[in-house]
Amino acid sequence: MATTSATSGAGGPNAESVFGPPRRRIGEKAITVVLFCAAATSVVITIGIVVSLAGETLTFFTDQAVTVSGFLTGGQWTPLFSDPQFGIRPLVQGTLIISGIALIVAIPLGIGTAAFLSEYASPRVRKAVKPTLELLAGVPTVVFGYFALTYFTPTVLNGLLGLDVAVFNGLAGGVIVGILIVPTIASVAEDAMSAVPQSLREGAYGLGASRRQVTVRVVVPAALSGITAGIVLGASRAVGETMVVLIAAGQVPTTSLNPRNPMETMTAFIGATGKGDVPTGSTGYKAIFAVGFALFLMTLILNTISIRFVRRYRQVYE
Amino acid sequence: MTTTSSRPVGEVLGIPPASHRLRDRSFVLLLAVLTSVALIVLAVLLIDTGIDGIPQLSLSFLTSFPSAFPAKAGIESAITGTLWLMGVVTFVIVPLGVASALYLEEFADGTRWWNRIIEVNIQNLAAVPSIVYGILGLAYIVRGPLSLGRTVLAGGLTLALVVLPVVIITGREALRAVPPSIKEGALALGATRWQAIWRQILPASIPGIATGVILSISRAIGETAPLILVGAATFVAFNPTGLDSPFTALPLQIFSWISQPNDQFRMLAAAAIIVLLVILVILNAVAIRLRNRYQQRW
Amino acid sequence: MQKRLLIAVAAGALAVGVTACGSSSSSGTGTTSGSVAVDGSSTVFPFAQASAEGFQGENPDAKVTVGESGTGGGFEKFCAGEIDIADASRPIDPADEVPVCKKNKVEYAQIEVANDGISIVTNPALKITCLTTDQLNQLWKKGSTVSDYDQLGGGTPAGKVSLYGPGTDSGTFDFFTETINGEKGNTRTDYQPSEDDNVLVQGVEGDTTALGYFGYSYYESNADKLNLVGVDGGSGCVKPSVATIQDGSYKPLSRTLYMYVNTASLADKPQVKSFIDYVVANAQASAKTAQVVPLTAAQLTTAKSELSKAEGS
Repeated sequence: MATTSATSGAGGPNAESVFGPPRRRIGEKAITVVLFCAAATSVVITIGIVVSLAGETLTFFTDQAVTVSGFLTGGQWTPLFSDPQFGIRPLVQGTLIISGIALIVAIPLGIGTAAFLSEYASPRVRKAVKPTLELLAGVPTVVFGYFALTYFTPTVLNGLLGLDVAVFNGLAGGVIVGILIVPTIASVAEDAMSAVPQSLREGAYGLGASRRQVTVRVVVPAALSGITAGIVLGASRAVGETMVVLIAAGQVPTTSLNPRNPMETMTAFIGATGKGDVPTGSTGYKAIFAVGFALFLMTLILNTISIRFVRRYRQVYE
Repeated sequence: MTTTSSRPVGEVLGIPPASHRLRDRSFVLLLAVLTSVALIVLAVLLIDTGIDGIPQLSLSFLTSFPSAFPAKAGIESAITGTLWLMGVVTFVIVPLGVASALYLEEFADGTRWWNRIIEVNIQNLAAVPSIVYGILGLAYIVRGPLSLGRTVLAGGLTLALVVLPVVIITGREALRAVPPSIKEGALALGATRWQAIWRQILPASIPGIATGVILSISRAIGETAPLILVGAATFVAFNPTGLDSPFTALPLQIFSWISQPNDQFRMLAAAAIIVLLVILVILNAVAIRLRNRYQQRW
Repeated sequence: MQKRLLIAVAAGALAVGVTACGSSSSSGTGTTSGSVAVDGSSTVFPFAQASAEGFQGENPDAKVTVGESGTGGGFEKFCAGEIDIADASRPIDPADEVPVCKKNKVEYAQIEVANDGISIVTNPALKITCLTTDQLNQLWKKGSTVSDYDQLGGGTPAGKVSLYGPGTDSGTFDFFTETINGEKGNTRTDYQPSEDDNVLVQGVEGDTTALGYFGYSYYESNADKLNLVGVDGGSGCVKPSVATIQDGSYKPLSRTLYMYVNTASLADKPQVKSFIDYVVANAQASAKTAQVVPLTAAQLTTAKSELSKAEGS
């Protein structure tokens, strides 16, 4: 960078030599504006989505059959039967149980895979395995649903493990959703772990640590922000997953905690009703938005907590 | 021994004791097992689908249109529809997603409350079920302000909405993972902020961004529910003629065939799944090449 | 950035290329061209698809698309003026849907196109041969406490009640509950629902004391794995079959399938008129292809006159 040619002044720095010619500054400004517009578009879209959800939810609650307290605390969800009931608790329970099972399955698998690929596998293995995993993410969820119903439940759960579950059950739904999100967690976590500077590892090796200790005590904590992002992304996907639970877990809203029985999640209700024959203006249809908005609020709380958590524990190196 | 501590020689020299070695070995084994679980499931799925599907694959299957007769039915319109849709999705999410991630990560003040709301909001949208995006797409893209009708463009935009949060989030993580020393070094050498970003940070974060795009396309290619709501048909006997054309897509065909009582259609569905996965591999291959080229260890 | 642009362009070019060298489908001589948008019930879909395929075979320049958004979804798009023809497994709802059509000034004609029946099935291990509508009502009505089949009386075997049926958002559900229990949506809530009839078949097959109901064509395709139950609607036990559904002796669980045509489209778009003419003229053949119960000769005559009335006006 030639900064020594001052065109005016007594040889000291001037605006041009420090900041570059004015044209470049305008160029910089223009780029910033473009980026801002892009980000603003995304923000506008997200706000728009929230507003539409909220708006429709309001119209749902203005219907005389529904009260907010009944919605939040009621234990019976039968909105499309005659004499409808609108208590959302069974759906929330179903969502939490199935997502919980999914995360119990996916977090160890995802982080384990990520650690293996990042710290132990040779670059060739990594280049082969990572895309293969991402292929798993591309299998249409309908296929997973049928796989759960026709193979996983009868052959693995009832046959291999002898668990005596019902044809539709929450366990199958949860485990298969877990497998579905492993690529998400693994890929993002693996990227984060690979990005940890080599100097950190070398420092630890220099102090006599084994590869295991380096992985567990140095790399994972350093990559925590990315790993958490992967987990949260995976959890979000699990909570929002529709087809697998619709087919495999059944559509019986229940307050029973037993995952061997069928259960309905918030998304299964939305999916079944949204695609079905319910007339669009009816209360039953508007229930979709109310449930969707409730889901949104639920994940909002979870996400806020996770962001706080990451902010506190994130380690910035250098 | 004249050492002041009573630690064994091996430990002082950096050789772990036998118990540690066992722990180390079992750790590797554990990781390998965990990795293989997902791969095994994928293998089982592929084999199961392949047994039914591969016998159905043929050139005529790939170049015929859907039909009420299983023997004549094919997926040409579904393939082209899917490709058009993925084209629209990529065109939208890559610039919009990367630019948003860049702005939010590099230019926006992270301590301001509105930026934090934005961050949480975008993260939250990744959890909204795709069918809700379908409903919103119907209301605002097919009808409403954009009024695009039941077209490829409307379908692609709706799908892009579903996966945009993923691209932004992974993009931000990728940008965050670049060591600050890189940026500071560039600035110290006199680069402008944008030069530092364009020439150092962005290339360094391409692998992470590529992962985000791969995950997004993988997700979008298999989505059925939003497309149904937005008006994609199941029987379409022609290829899309432009962005304003009606269309169908592979996951729709698969879903439709799987739900038929006739067993033969379900075999066809298996074949269509294989085709879908092959297309996915090809689409992802491009992004994967990019990722591998720019991957580096600091 | 340039690389990404190149890649996107390449993908687009690939898509266009595949489009360009796509094979032609047929060599029909009809000169009708233009688009016809059909959407609605997934029960009617196989019939609509068979009709569209046949029509396009004769008129290769026409572009008929058929969707499966469900009867309700189809009516919603129909009354918004977005599609020309709505497939329906039930008549248009006078309370929720007709007002929307009126508001948007969409006028329509209702044409019968095929028949369907709901079959009651059990797992082969549960040997029930016949149930009266009264017994069905006892079993399925809201608040029913029947927990064992022998509580229904009439010699039904013992077995723990385990029920499977369509989800609440399906036309089959609406029809069954209205016909057997007297009110749409009136049903006990402790059964296993699914909106996918194939899934229900799986459920019944896998459960030794299962009883379920779904569309006749799903029974037909799995007849060897299910036990068909006859229904006594007051005049003896009748098992559903193409014949008994057509002549109405399988009652009350037989129903008509419809297509609703937008009369404005009929007048303004010649291709829509051609298409619906074709549908009605070939209704019985298309139904056979689609494995759906065809119209009787009498119904066909009615359909033809309904159609000419709509076109003549």
